[in-house]
Amino acid sequence: MRLFLHQLKAEQRLFWRSRELAFFTFLLPILFFLLLGSAYGDDEINGVDGYQYLLAGMIGYGAASTTFAGLALLLVIRRESGVLKRLRATPLPPSTYVAAVLASIIFIFLLEAAILVAIGRFAFDVPMPDSFSSLVLVVLLGAASFAALGIGLTALIKSAEGSSAVVNAIYLPLSFISGAFFSEDTFPEVLQKLGALLPLSHLIRLTRDVMVYDDAIWEHLDDVAVIAAWGIVGLVVAMRGFRWEPRER
Amino acid sequence: MNAVEVRGLRKSYADFEAVRGIDFELRAGEVFGLLGPNGAGKTTTVEILVGYRRRNAGEVRVFGVDPEHADRGWRGRMGIVPQSGELFPNLTVIEHLALFAGYYDNPRPPSEVLALVGLEEKARAKTRTLSGGQRRRLDLGVALVGDPELLFLDEPTTGFDPGARRAAWQTIRSLRSLGKTILLTTHYIEEAHQLADRVAVLTRGEIVASGTPAELIGQAPSTVIRYRRNGEQVALETEEPVRVLHELTAEALRDGLELDGLEVHRPTLEDVYLSLTEKPAE
Repeated sequence: MRLFLHQLKAEQRLFWRSRELAFFTFLLPILFFLLLGSAYGDDEINGVDGYQYLLAGMIGYGAASTTFAGLALLLVIRRESGVLKRLRATPLPPSTYVAAVLASIIFIFLLEAAILVAIGRFAFDVPMPDSFSSLVLVVLLGAASFAALGIGLTALIKSAEGSSAVVNAIYLPLSFISGAFFSEDTFPEVLQKLGALLPLSHLIRLTRDVMVYDDAIWEHLDDVAVIAAWGIVGLVVAMRGFRWEPRER
Repeated sequence: MNAVEVRGLRKSYADFEAVRGIDFELRAGEVFGLLGPNGAGKTTTVEILVGYRRRNAGEVRVFGVDPEHADRGWRGRMGIVPQSGELFPNLTVIEHLALFAGYYDNPRPPSEVLALVGLEEKARAKTRTLSGGQRRRLDLGVALVGDPELLFLDEPTTGFDPGARRAAWQTIRSLRSLGKTILLTTHYIEEAHQLADRVAVLTRGEIVASGTPAELIGQAPSTVIRYRRNGEQVALETEEPVRVLHELTAEALRDGLELDGLEVHRPTLEDVYLSLTEKPAE
């Protein structure tokens, strides 16, 4: 436990010190919410108040950008610079290290989601859900699933140089077709079908059901199942393909 | 008990055999030099000893334990300065030392390590602002902060200028006097000669010679005495340089001659090294 807290503290310091990563993965969803909110928050989207609609999308986008893209980038950079390899030679147990990294990034995403909800509440007058505990559970489920996918993604990235290109090429289109920024109802049918297979569309819909329609999380176990299934896929890829060492040059 | 025991160690990558059955041991408190050209298998050997890689054959014991079955306590007894690899660019020197100190049960105080590696003035500097030599000293500091009994230094001075190299040698000597057991890999003969109690020469995955630096030099060809007479170069090879030189100079004095360009070339570790490593592959 002492080691876990020691590493968690270090992880927090490391995250906030790397400004670019903190900006792109933490701040950008908040900025997008403010920008898109002022652009079409007053409109109605699919019969729902624009701010309310967007808030759910931005929480989903935040999960993808922080716990998925941010985590993958952070781990690939550390792996390729040789830091992971060096940590493995210390008495810090690998499981403690991974747990601290995950706890750190999930904490950062929870903070981000809380800021998004607070902006919605106080700047855009978004009504709050009946069940806050369902919202917290949805956010935690999304964070865990995308974090597992983020670790899995590191197995597919070969170098630090190419890492942000690969990560952006995956999570930006993912956010787009999952309806994080606008309603996906106007998209071509192929994209809609593709979006429906991906975990982010289910996370956003689940968030929306909880926030807008005051549903409880257990009323939508089908969405929960899809999100969890993707998380398990990520976990399996992570356990098979995660490496501590940079690729041989 | 020896700190490290290696018997018949073999390691292959795909169809390339990097280490071809080597034996050596490290006695507690000694500096052992693994000397060899680039690509000889030095880093592979070190990486097997610290548990990064699995071997294909042979026996390896570090503190009596197979590195493939090592635990937390075992890792706490050693420190590694890898040949390459970076630390966290956004952490300061002292933050790095504190971070790594936290992984060990009985670390040295970070401020003490700071002094040991000579980075007191850079304590609050971010790692990305350090020079190459300063980074290397931080690498050493990070390896020392757990107060290890055994240190693996993988080419610790590659890329140093001569002044920095001498300073690093001084640090390594002071570590030895603290009682640390050190495995040093290097392709600098002078470095092995200066620092190592015993040396093994590794080339193409095989140990071709081992012993104290003096023993290795003892295997060298004879001393060569060179001079010019009547514009012609003369070279005498001898096992008795003192006697030959005495006769030579006595003769020259008697005849009133000068021995132009007189030099006595004693065999060095370099001669041994070159004669061993330049053998064509069988």
